[in-house]
Amino acid sequence: MAVSTSARLPAAATVPRRRRTGRLAPYGFVAPFFTLFAAFGLFPLLYTAYVSLHRVELQTADRMDWLGLQNYTRLLEDPFFWNALRNTFTIGVLSTVPQLLMALGLAHLLNYRLRGRTFFRVAMLMPYATSVAAATLVFAQLFGRDYGLINWLLGSAGLGPVDWQASTWASQLGVSAIVTWRWTGYNALIYLAGMQAVPGELYESAAVDGASRWQQFRHITVPGLRPTIVFTVVVSTIGATQLFGEPLLYEGNAGGGISHQYQTLGLYLYEQGWSFFHLGRAAAVAWVMFLLIVVLALVNAAVAARRNRTDR
Amino acid sequence: MKLARRSPLRGGPLAYAVLAVATLLAVFPFYWTLVAASRSNAELSAPTPALTPGPNLFHNIGEALAQADIGGALFNSLVVSSAVTAGVVLSSTLAGFAFAKLRFRGRGLLLALTVGTMMIPPQLGVIPLFMVIVRLDLQNKLPAVILPSLVSAFGVFFMRQFLLQALPDELIEAGRMDGASALRIFVSIVLPVARPGMAVLAMLTFMATWNDFFWPIVALSSQNPTVQVALKSLGQGYVPDQSIVMAGTLLGTLPVLVVFALLGRQIVGGIMQGAVKG
Repeated sequence: MAVSTSARLPAAATVPRRRRTGRLAPYGFVAPFFTLFAAFGLFPLLYTAYVSLHRVELQTADRMDWLGLQNYTRLLEDPFFWNALRNTFTIGVLSTVPQLLMALGLAHLLNYRLRGRTFFRVAMLMPYATSVAAATLVFAQLFGRDYGLINWLLGSAGLGPVDWQASTWASQLGVSAIVTWRWTGYNALIYLAGMQAVPGELYESAAVDGASRWQQFRHITVPGLRPTIVFTVVVSTIGATQLFGEPLLYEGNAGGGISHQYQTLGLYLYEQGWSFFHLGRAAAVAWVMFLLIVVLALVNAAVAARRNRTDR
Repeated sequence: MKLARRSPLRGGPLAYAVLAVATLLAVFPFYWTLVAASRSNAELSAPTPALTPGPNLFHNIGEALAQADIGGALFNSLVVSSAVTAGVVLSSTLAGFAFAKLRFRGRGLLLALTVGTMMIPPQLGVIPLFMVIVRLDLQNKLPAVILPSLVSAFGVFFMRQFLLQALPDELIEAGRMDGASALRIFVSIVLPVARPGMAVLAMLTFMATWNDFFWPIVALSSQNPTVQVALKSLGQGYVPDQSIVMAGTLLGTLPVLVVFALLGRQIVGGIMQGAVKG
């Protein structure tokens, strides 16, 4: 390598130069990242709070008039805000809980010695490679009220057609199904990686002691996976809090259904900003979502810490 | 993967059966997209739905290209995803190397800042970002979606974790002894070692950028769309014919599926690796 050619230089000549570059070079390495990160990552995040205290309209986005907390009080008085908050919570539970439980089960199966294991892994990750938009357009078809495949299947099983759009619980289930479809395989692989880090001897000695497969799963796999489970719960909760594309394209409108029955906070933010042109109010929604995420993260951390203590 | 060891349990018929059902559920929507994209609208609204592909695929694809300019959208997405991937991989490798192997004042604080904001959805900063883009007169232009995505906190963390493990301190020390400059060390020692990690990061970034939704639909319009913006127009009734909507969806998804078919095994490995380290 060419690097070694300067090795014979007198030490006295190289040391000061090395010190100088040694002190400044690291900042040079992180500078490209932090310059853009500050401009397009940190600044917008913090500036959102400032914008939320102003009237800003979409057509005149460079004009800001001071409002104080008025955007927030208007928000708290709006029944559709509370509706969106409720929907975000119910859709969040409907999409996250079954998704993570199924992922855990699938990961357990994928951890067996299997023929074609790469095939199963790749196939299950395919939904993750699809975009929200593409997945939602396809599922919107499948969930069609009159000609959808799912209602046809239900019909051939003798069950009445479900209105997957107008009914509150059915539409929320439909939106949750899209989320679940896209993320179950991904989470299964994350769990699988965690499971492979659990030492095999634990299972062998448990088997010698006569533990059933279920007992092994319950008492070896799940405790060994705890950090991974906490990680996936945090990530899916954050994802659920900002759910947006699925409810937007489910029927193609920002209202989230004819009576806002599946409008989430993310969609409500978009509607305020880009359907009603109130960017200031949308910023207030964003800041509320941010606080919500912080609270959820703290709750997650507290629950995880508490479980650790009771286990010891 | 290195982690793969002999699994303690052999899968029984039940395990195969459950995995087969799960695979079917994961793959069926893709198959059905093909079915719907190759039928006529009348066939899609028949009382008994079609379950096998029909003869109209190329006609529908042609219509999708003509009516919704999916061709232009594909080109835009390719430009945006390539530029973003190059930027993210380069800036993340530079910063990840500094965080993994160099000592400097403020390193802990800067790293904490990076990791701490990794979990905050960028969607929350979208309003000021929009105001900046309007002021820079970049609305509806591709730089509007490229610039904000050129760096990624996740990417920096990912490359740091990779280099922490893959790059021995002695290699850098040897370079220093030889009097190589920091840049020289980076180019001749760090980059060759970092290449596998950079490849995984590139795949993940390309897919994520291709599929990115919220910011592109805010910053761009159907006049100059990426694939996801075009799909949004399709979903909002831009083209009334459902079989053409499905043909457009198929076209927009195909490139990622091709990447996935070629590199699926590596992507699976990359995600599992990231999970163990993260």
